[in-house]
Formats: sequence, structure tokens, C-alpha cells
Amino acid sequence: MKPDSTKASSATDDTSFVPPTPWREALAGEDFARLAAELEGVPGRSLRDRLAALAETGGSDALRAFLSGVFPSQLEGLDNLPRRDFLRLAGSSLAVCGLGACTRQPDETIVPWARSPELTIPGKPRYFATAMTLWGSALGLLVESHMGRPTKVEGNPDHPSSKGATDVFAQSAILSLYDPDRSSTVLGAGQIRTWEAFVDELGRRMNGFRAKRGEGLHVLLNETLSPTLAAQLESLQRELPQMRVHRWQPIHRDLERQGALLAFGRDVVPSYRLERAAVVLSLDADFLASDRGGVCQARDFAKARRVRADTSSMSRLYAIESAPNPSGAMADHRLAVKPSEVEGLARALAKELGLDVDAPTLGPERARFVQALAADLSAHRRTSAVVAGRCQSPAVHALAHALNRALENHGQTVLLHPPLEPDSRSVTDSMRQLVDAMRAGSVEGLFLLGGNPVFDAPRDLEFSQSLTSVPFRVHLSSHEDETSRVCHWHLPEAHFLESWSDTRSLDGTASLVQPLIAPLYGGKTTHELVAAMSGEAGVSAHDLLKRFWRARAGLDEGPEFDRFWQTALHDGLVPGSAPPPLDVALLPRLDIGPATPSIPGIEIALRPDPSVYDGRFANNGWLQELPRPLTRMAWDNALWLAAEDAAQLDVENGDVVRVTAGERSIAAPVWIVPGHPQQTATLHLGYGRTKGGELARGVGVDAYGLRSSHTPWTVPGALLEPTGASTELVSVQDHASMEGRDILRVATFDRFRANPEALGAHHGAHDPNELSMYPEVAYEGNAWGMVIDLNACIGCNACMIACQSENNIPVVGKTEVGKGREMHWLRIDRYYEEEAETGQLLALHQPVPCMHCENAPCEVVCPVGATVHSSEGLNEMVYNRCIGTRYCSNNCPYKVRRFNFFPYADYETESLKLGNNPDVTVRSRGVMEKCTYCVQRISSVRIEAKKDGGRAIVDGEVTTACQQACPTQAIAFGNLNDAASVVARERAQPHHYGLLEELGTRPRTTYLAKLRNPNPDLRPE
Amino acid sequence: MQPAPPKEPARPAVIAPGHTHASITDKITSIVLRRHTPRGWFVGFGIAFALVMVLLTSITMLLLKGTGIWGLNVPVGWGFAIINFVWWIGIGHAGTLISAILLLFRQDWRTSINRFAEAMTLFAVACAGVFPLLHVGRPWLAYWLVPYPNTMALWPQFRSPLLWDVFAVSTYATVSAMFWYVGLIPDFATLRDGAKSKVFRVIYGMLALGWRGAARHWERYETAYLLLAGLATPLVVSVHTVVSLDFAVSVIPGWHATIFPPYFVAGAIYSGFAMVMTLAIPLRKVYGLQDFITMRHLQNMAKVILATGLIVAYGYTMEAFFAWYSANDYERGMAWNRMVGPYAPFYWALIVSNVIVPQFLWLKKVRSSVVALFVICLVVNVGMWLERFVIVVTSLSRDFLPSSWDTYSGTIWDWSLFIGTMGLFAALLFLFIRFLPMISIFEMRTLVPGGEAAPHDKDADAAPVDGAGPEEQA
Repeated sequence: MKPDSTKASSATDDTSFVPPTPWREALAGEDFARLAAELEGVPGRSLRDRLAALAETGGSDALRAFLSGVFPSQLEGLDNLPRRDFLRLAGSSLAVCGLGACTRQPDETIVPWARSPELTIPGKPRYFATAMTLWGSALGLLVESHMGRPTKVEGNPDHPSSKGATDVFAQSAILSLYDPDRSSTVLGAGQIRTWEAFVDELGRRMNGFRAKRGEGLHVLLNETLSPTLAAQLESLQRELPQMRVHRWQPIHRDLERQGALLAFGRDVVPSYRLERAAVVLSLDADFLASDRGGVCQARDFAKARRVRADTSSMSRLYAIESAPNPSGAMADHRLAVKPSEVEGLARALAKELGLDVDAPTLGPERARFVQALAADLSAHRRTSAVVAGRCQSPAVHALAHALNRALENHGQTVLLHPPLEPDSRSVTDSMRQLVDAMRAGSVEGLFLLGGNPVFDAPRDLEFSQSLTSVPFRVHLSSHEDETSRVCHWHLPEAHFLESWSDTRSLDGTASLVQPLIAPLYGGKTTHELVAAMSGEAGVSAHDLLKRFWRARAGLDEGPEFDRFWQTALHDGLVPGSAPPPLDVALLPRLDIGPATPSIPGIEIALRPDPSVYDGRFANNGWLQELPRPLTRMAWDNALWLAAEDAAQLDVENGDVVRVTAGERSIAAPVWIVPGHPQQTATLHLGYGRTKGGELARGVGVDAYGLRSSHTPWTVPGALLEPTGASTELVSVQDHASMEGRDILRVATFDRFRANPEALGAHHGAHDPNELSMYPEVAYEGNAWGMVIDLNACIGCNACMIACQSENNIPVVGKTEVGKGREMHWLRIDRYYEEEAETGQLLALHQPVPCMHCENAPCEVVCPVGATVHSSEGLNEMVYNRCIGTRYCSNNCPYKVRRFNFFPYADYETESLKLGNNPDVTVRSRGVMEKCTYCVQRISSVRIEAKKDGGRAIVDGEVTTACQQACPTQAIAFGNLNDAASVVARERAQPHHYGLLEELGTRPRTTYLAKLRNPNPDLRPE
Repeated sequence: MQPAPPKEPARPAVIAPGHTHASITDKITSIVLRRHTPRGWFVGFGIAFALVMVLLTSITMLLLKGTGIWGLNVPVGWGFAIINFVWWIGIGHAGTLISAILLLFRQDWRTSINRFAEAMTLFAVACAGVFPLLHVGRPWLAYWLVPYPNTMALWPQFRSPLLWDVFAVSTYATVSAMFWYVGLIPDFATLRDGAKSKVFRVIYGMLALGWRGAARHWERYETAYLLLAGLATPLVVSVHTVVSLDFAVSVIPGWHATIFPPYFVAGAIYSGFAMVMTLAIPLRKVYGLQDFITMRHLQNMAKVILATGLIVAYGYTMEAFFAWYSANDYERGMAWNRMVGPYAPFYWALIVSNVIVPQFLWLKKVRSSVVALFVICLVVNVGMWLERFVIVVTSLSRDFLPSSWDTYSGTIWDWSLFIGTMGLFAALLFLFIRFLPMISIFEMRTLVPGGEAAPHDKDADAAPVDGAGPEEQA
């Protein structure tokens, strides 16, 4: 009948339909439409009649095979079965059911450890060195592992890229590893398949490609710096000379590369030794946070600005920037300009410094800025640095190189390195070539090794439209994302904490990436996939890596190589693997053409996101909930606007505007950012994901929708129109002004030098230490305290995530953050204040953990004694005793306490349990919590000290998670009773002060005032 | 008994002329003992009962989901729960004041209002008691607030005002309940004697504790009542003082103020009297008790409201003055924030309802208008709730560090719990007026001319009318 026949044909129309496995082979290559037509042709009134007819008359083999899969009983004619046969069949089916359950389990020893594996002590963590690749460089890491579960990421102190510190992405890697939404199975055409099935098909396909010497075979690499992978691809390329390897990553250095070509005729990568630089100029660079080597640069930069009682100098930072960022917030002089205007200013500066370039005429204010800057730079030859940002034009990069050369900074504060990728090339061009090839139909197989190009490729290239024309598409990725959805095969990618690999850091040092845990979901690495393409499907990444490094080290299998290998693994880097810095000459003529007039209209600056990067971390709750630097906004991106532009558009925070650039257009909510350049808007990439996990979906707006391959970082001439709609954006800090209160002390370096004591003086009539009527408590032994150097803090948030990871702090989600219930134990307050001397608007950062007050207001008011003082001066929370009156939080002047309004901690998701720190209680609903000074770390050190014959704890032995992660070493922690300890010495500094000290709380966490070093020549006239 | 001419024609009497012992007894007991419950009672009780269901739903929801269903956050860790707690406790104060302090001062006009004022106290304390238990994050552990020997070998933390609250409120509830019950005993006997149904006779008989109206009973009763009044008197001052210390002991600007104890006590009496009036005015109308609750009562209460209202107004003025005079940034910021910040409408509404509106009570004309009094009292009730809202929420929402400033607003569950306790209050009140004499019968009798001496002087006279029924004799 009719309904049946439509059913049959609709099943065949659905292209996603893939028949179940057993009869799949028989149907390979069959045309379902033809089968449907044949079924239609069988006489009968209903599908049942037709099937009955078929059971007697037969039909084509293919149709029978198909129907036997779908309606076995109909064809077998079970109805006609004699009773005995039926029972026999039923019995044997039951038996087979039992047998079917006998899948072979993997071999494993199930006796308990009679002898513990070497060095494993239950309850004692172990640390392993590895490395993470981001921003085009590796960050050396040490990962803490509890009984085989990685729980915390730290920086590798021996690694030049880290020196022990980390950034937010490294800290959040733990959550990405245990992300319950990670892809857990191989998918073939949307159906669950096995790796073996893929290897089978891959083998057949590769045989085809081999026959054509690789013609039609294309590989698209994501951000990778692995020498082993390069070697693997090289050998595959030798085997298949017609194979094409492409590279695409949305956060790329194409413009920087072009700039290097303009300046030197070859690609170079600069690195900066900012501890030696007295004057730094940033040309729209966020070199402290969102940049290659940011962790290390931030540390060096802070060193040059560290001011103690006897410091006589402090470095000065000028920033000419478009999109506000943490580096600009640190600048002593910040000039906010449109992205396209940076080049003009750089040209003017170069001209001022005697370079032969064409420069536009500047307005009086900017001219004055450039003159003062030029004078300052030329007064600091060899001790200055010009840093150009990734998002600026090639000319700006070329000018930065030329300026550094003119200021004789090369070899001093600026080092040039060969590019880290084995093949230096423009990824945009590479992507364009791939798309061209796909359009031309010459791509027969495409292997996407990581990345998510359907989401993040430049829209004008129309990658995703071309992709579907490729007959064989394989995607390796950690999540089933936008790209996986349109590929034939999706292979789960192993997280870097599950992988063997290698990578390189900014100066070229190679690091081995070693797994901390076996792949949780059977993920594969790029190495293994490429090996499988080469016909080495069974070879592990470990063996591949060893093979490569054996060749590289020129060593045979044997003790010598083992030593090399063990050392490299243990240290987290291959010693001596960094090539010497380059000494390249500038091209005789800087071919950057004439100055172009600035483009009228609103320009949109597209920037990598400080939390989700290019979108890959969109499913990481820690990062999503992390208040973004400067805006303190969580769970969204927004179109940043200057207040003037917002007023002109008549929009407020959260109002949605339509952004149109050419034929591309998106709708985005507005967020007003003080200090934002006018006629400019900033939008961060990586949001608006449509797939890729529960948290990723539907957060923010997709800025890639505006991005073109020609101007990757700016959208010139954009049109903004209010839509009248509005959306809720949540920020953890609603009030930006200090209201004239003595909260974050800031002064110029000159003023500090003239009167060092003034900054640290007590305000108010009484000595805050004398306010209490209770007798003084003597702290014998250790008296823990913390000093935070506000001058060093760049507001990068690394401490916040480190704290979250160390202390099992739950993620609460956007709604709860909007209600003001975020759980971060450590927050970074951001205030805007106008500087009296220069009239500049300052964005100031102040990390606020628990103050561990000696006279803690919280302790007095708790009716059940759930928050008490320890003998070492810690203000401790007893979670088991807490009944949740919240009185302690009300009475905390610093509001650092956090309350579990709901059961925020995840007790259900299995994978997330693995990532918890076993030394820290997971808090239940209705319980107050707060910073503990990482009491678990103090305890573990105390235990060690006791075991060593009861010795005293040495200064520096206890590090808190925030202190450890801080790239700028802004946090000192230690024993205040030990006058020689770093923290005691910091407390003796003249600009040391306690927050709200006048309340008599006697905080143990105190601050060093922030100092600024503005150029006296730039005083307002 | 002969009707006597009014003694003080200049002002309204505390009892309308023409009443005898018997007429008083009949009038008051008939409300309880009549067989047919008025339909209006069922309607009112039905609504109140529905609201009690709302209360139970809200509590269930709270226990299931957590404190997060309310609008609280950090910095505003206390919201409706604490506001309502203080409001209800404050309301209770009038009952104790009327029954204890006015008794000791021998203010005879208290007689007709003390019974239901005391009942109101008890019910208000019951409503108040809901909140501190439920507002904690883990209500099932709220008993840890009580010092009891336990296997954890832990005591509560005695420096915390919240613990003082536990003692203050529980003492208050106990003493109020005892005072109320003791005061009811002679009237239970009267009801027992008048009850037609056996069941009620037995119940009232048990509650009357064998009261026969003997001289010895009266003597002991008088002593006990005076002692309890003496015990309850300090509670009038202490309970709200302790409640105010919840705030005053903290460091938060807007809370940390020495003026809080007297200002809270005055506010409590203020709101309590307003609530007594709010209840008395409709009750006297519905049950025709204008003879017993006369204009004299209403006017006297209006005067108390005016007086305490002025103390409260003084409190507001001093708060603002000291914020300025302290020259303390945070105090000034707090005061300024109250007046012009996000909650400024609440502050000004509070000033209007608690300071401006009661000033009309200076006018005799207003004091003599039942409608005007009722409206003013309603406004004062709202105003006193707003006062607690302003103190709790504005102080917390903007304290020392502007970075942590945030706003608070009640969610549907905040409101439902609040309205639910109103339902509980009303439901208990409806049960009270149906089953218990809402005006003290035996004390009213003493107001009858010729019965003006205290009951213990009048044993011989009172006994036959008032208790010694045939049951006792038998």
C-alpha cells in the first residue's frame, strides 16, 4: 500500500542512513533507490505481501541481502516453521546470545599489586615533564599525577619557556583532558565503528593513492611543531611525491612572517629578553598574555619593573594598541588607536629615528607622543625593544625589525630565531591552495589532522562548501565538532596529556611530550594516524618518537640512547636542541611602500580569545567561567566598543548590534570597554560554536563569520546598527571605580623614590595593629603570610585557574555567575582610575584571595565554630562543621568567601572525578568555602619536614597554587616569623600595605603598591 | 449588677457602659462556644490554609534544591529570610509589652487587647522561627546551634550573635507561651463550664487544669502571673537587642552601629503595635467587640505608635548623622548609597511610611478615625519590613570593596516563603479566635464598675460567676 512504499523510499532518500553491519559488505556500492524501485515492482498490496512474495519468488541478491537485514523473519518464512524446528532455533538462539557476550577482554593482571610499582606510594603525587603547544610555541610543563591520574599542571622550572610558570590554557588542560563531551569513539558515516575498521578502509584507500604516487591525497595540519611528525610526513611525502600537505590554524603568524620577509628576506621569529629592556614599545602586541612565549616574556618584563626599597630604575612600557589587552593595561603610556593607524605611528616613529620611510603627518598630540617616544628609545640603545603584534600589518613588523636594528637591540634585547615550523609558509595561502584543489576536484582524500577548519577557516575561501566535494574525508579531533560532522570518518584525538609527541618552544628548544595517562577514550595521535597512512598502523607513537630521536641524536638502541631519552623525558627538554640565534642582515631597502591614509569608518579588530583561544577550548568550563581580562565578563564574547561609539549608536551593555562588513554580517551584543579606541570595535574569535560539546554550543557569537583571508585580524569599514534586541551578559565585577577608597594604591616611580614611606603608610588615626582589645596572639613556629606585588600583576588569570584546579572549585554556569555566585576562591579585581600625573585612564588589577586576617571578622560570627584560626595563623574552614549561615561571608570585608548555594560540585560525571585533587575535600551543598592558602600543600611539606627529623620548613618549600602559576612572580608566600624569608622581606618594603587595614583585621595577605613610570616629557601641558 | 455611670466622661472608657459580668462572659464565650462557625471564618481560614500549603511547598522546594532558589549571592548572603525573621520577631514584641509591662504599670486599658496580642506574639514568633532554621545552607544540621553534649565534643561558638539569637528567641517563645497559657487558665474554666459539647468540655477541662476559682487558686495564679510578667519584661528589651546585635556586632557599614539595640527595640514595639491595631480593628468590627476594644484602646495604641515611631525616626536621623560625622568613607558611602543607590526607592518608601505617615497621629481627628488608624498601621507594617530590607540588603550589597558590589532581589521562592508564613500566622489566628477567648474574660470582668478592684480582692464575688461550676462541686 501507499504508506509502506513511501516509508521504503524515504528510508532510501535519507543519505545519512547506513545499514547495520552484517550485510553491509553485500551492499557495498549498492544504490538504494534502485532497490526501492525493485521492491515497488514486486506484486502485492502491502509491504508484508511483497515480502511474502519475495520469500517465494526470490528477487535480486542485493535486495534479498538488504531485506534479510531489515526483516529477517519475513524472508525466512518463520511462520511456516514446524514446532520442533522453531524450538530448536529458539534454543540455539538463546545459546548464541550467551556466547555473544563472550567478548574477549583485554589481557590484564587482576591480582592486586603484591609489589608496588617503583616509586609509587599511594597518596603521594608524582610529577612528569611534558609540554603543551599553543600560540605557535611550546610551554614546558610538569604534571602532577595521583596514582596514574593527572590532576594538576605546573610549569616546568627547567624549561626556558616556562621557568615554572603557566598560563590559563596550560592550567585548564586537566579539565579538557577529563571533558566528558570528548569524542569517545571512531565514527564512520556517523555510525560507531572501530579503529580497526578505519585502518582497513584506510589501507584500501592508501593502496589507491600509492598507485597514483599520492595524487589526490591531501593532508591538512593544524598547529603542530612536532619534529617527529614533520619527519613522518616527509617520509610519507617521499613515498607519495604527489601528496600535498597543507597547514591551517586560525591564530597564525602570516602577517608577521611577511614582515620578516620584507625586513630580512627570510622568515625569522623574534624573541625578547625584556629583563634587559629599559624601554619597551608595543605596537598593538599583547606580548605578556596572548602571545608566543608570553609566560616567559611576562616574567622578564616584570623583572625589569620590580621595585624594592633600593631599586633605582624601572623599565617603561609604551603601548600603541587597538584592542585593549593586559599588556596595554601595564603600559606607562598607552595610545589607543584604530588598528590601521598603528602603521602610521610606527612609520612616524621610524622617520623620527632617522629611517628612510614614508610617514603620514600626525596630529599634534600624537606627534608629541612619537617625539617623546623616539627620544626615549634613542636614549636607550641596546636596552630597548620594539614588539609588533601578530595582528598588525607586515609593514609594522618590518618597521619593528628595522627599529630594533637601528636601536642596536638585535642580539641584546631582541633575538631572532629560525621559524619553529619545519616549513615556513603562509597558512592562509596554504588553505587557499587546498580550497582551490578541492574546487578543481583534484582532492580525492583529505586527512584533517586536528583543527576545526569548517568552523574557523576564512569565510571567503568557502572551505566547508568545497569540503563536501571530497570523496574521502577523515578528521582527527578531540570533540565531534563542526568539521567531524561533515567528514566520513571521525577519529577521536588523544589529548596531549595522553600522547607521546614532541614540540618546540620559542628559542627552538625541543621538548618531549609524554603521556600521563593512557588515552581515556582510545584516542589516537597525529603520529599514529600518519603512521597508519604509511602502512604502520600498529606502531605506537612512543616507538615513532624514539625512532626519530634515535636518528636525530645519532645513537643506536642501547644504554647511551636510554640515558639520553630518560634525561630528555625527565627534564622535559632535549638539551642543546635550541639552534643559536640568527644573525641576519636587514635588506638594504625596506620595501614597505608609501604610507596609506587611514581608513574611514568603524574597524573591527578580531582577536584570539583569552579564554577559548581559537574556539578549541570552548567546552572547557573553567575557561568559560574565567572572567576575561579587563571586562571580567564570563561565558560570552561581546563586541567591545568605546563609550563614545556606544553612545552614538545609543546602545548599552548587552544590546545587540548587527555588524555588517561587505556581504558578511553577524549580530553581536555590545560591551563598553573604558579606554577602547573610538571608531573601533573588538571581537574575540572562537565563540558561537554549533557543535563540540555541551558547554561550547551556543556560547557567544561567531566572529569567524566576519573574517576574511585578506585581512585576517581586522574588518575595515564595518557597519554597526542597533537591532533593538538585547541579551544578558554576565560580569563578575559590576563596579569599576574605587570610589576614592584606599584599595589599590598606585603611584609613579618618581613619587615613590621621593617619598618611599608614603605609599605604605597607614591611613586613619589609629595604628591598625593596636585596634583589638584582645591580647596579642603569639605565633610560634610558622606564621604563614602572602604578599602580592601589584606592580607585577598583569591580570592574566593564570592564578585563578591554578587555584580552581588545585582546590576542586566547581563551575557554576552563566546563570549562577549572573546572580553573583561564582565560586573562584581567588579573584582579580579590576578598577579603572584616572592617573593624576598623566591624565591617562588606568586599568588596574588586584588579585584578592582570602586575607587570613589575624583578627578575622568571619571567625567571631560563626555560631558553630566552622571557621577557626590555626596555630600558624591560617583562617581555616571546617566544611563538615559548616551549617551555612553565611554570616561569615557577610562579615568578611573582602568578600572572599564563596557559598555552595546549590550542589555545585559534580558528583555524577565519572570522568570529572578523575581530575579532582585527592588532597582537597569536594564541598557539598550549603557549605561555605574560601582560599585556604593551599593548606594541603603546607601539610604535605610539614609532613616531609617532620620525616626529616623534625627540621624547620625552608623558605620557598611551600608554594601555593596561585604563586606557582604566576608568570610574573607577583605572589610571595612563606613564613613571616622567618625574617630572612622572601615574604618577610617583601613585608618590610616601604610600599607594602594591607587592604582595609584600618578595620583592624590584620590581614596576612598584603600588597605592594603598584608603581608606574610615565615619561616626564609626556606630562599633560 | 447595675449599670454604672461612666467614670471619666472626658475620654472614652476602656469598656462601654452597661456591661455586667454576665454580659461580658456571654459576649466573649459565645464567639467560641456557638455551634455554627460563620461562613466568613471558613473563607478566611481557607485562604490562610492555602497559604500554609504554599509555605510547605516552599520549604519542600528549599530542602530539595538548596538555598540557591532564593535570590542570595555573595555579597548579599542574607535576604528575605533574615528580613522576615526580624520583622516577625519585631511584631511579636507588642504582645509581650502589652501583657507584661503594661500589666506591671497597671494600665487597665491593656486588658481587652492583651490576650490576642499575646497570641499574636506567639504566632509571630512561630513564623519568625521558621526562617533562621531554613535560611542556613544545611537546615538538617541546624540543631548544631544548640549546646548539647555530643559525640563530636563540640560546643557552639559563643561569641556569635546568631547563637545569642537561639537563646533569646527560644527563651522568648517559651516565656510567651507560658504567659499566654497561664493567662488562659481561668478562661478555660469558664469555657469548660459553658461548653455544650462533651468533647469541648473535656478538652477545655483538661486545659483548665482543674481550675475551680478558689481563693487559693486566685492567689497562686496572681503570683505566678506577676512573676511571669516580671520574667517577660526584660525579654521585651532583650530579644530585639540580641537580634540587633546580629548586625551591630559585624563590621559592615550600615550594620556596625551602637544605636542598633534601642533603635531595634523601639522599631519592634512600633511594628508590634501597628500589627495589633491591624488585627484589632477588623476583629472588633466583625465580632462586634467595639464595647470591649474601645476607641480609648485604639487611641492609646496610636499614641504608643507615635512615640515609638519618633524613636525610630530619631534612629534613622542618627544613622545618617553619624555616617556623616564619622568622616568615615565607608559609612558615608553606605548612607549615600541608601539614599541614592540602587535601593533608594526602598529607603525613601521606608522614610515615608515610618517617619512621615505616622506624624498624622498627632491629630486627634486622625486618632479618632478607625479607618485612618487602620491605613496608617498597614503602612507602618510595610515600612518596618522595608526598614529591615534596607538594613540587611543595602548594607551588604555595597560594602567596602566596590569590586564585590552586587545587587539582590527576592525570587518567587523568597516571596512564597514570606507569604506562606503570613498564611501560617493567619491560620493560627483564625484557629485562635474560633477556639479560644480572644479577650480575657476574667480580666474584663474586673473592668466592670464595681469590679474594678483586682480579681484577688474580689474572690468571693468572682468565684460563683466564674469558675465554680457544678462539675467541680460534684
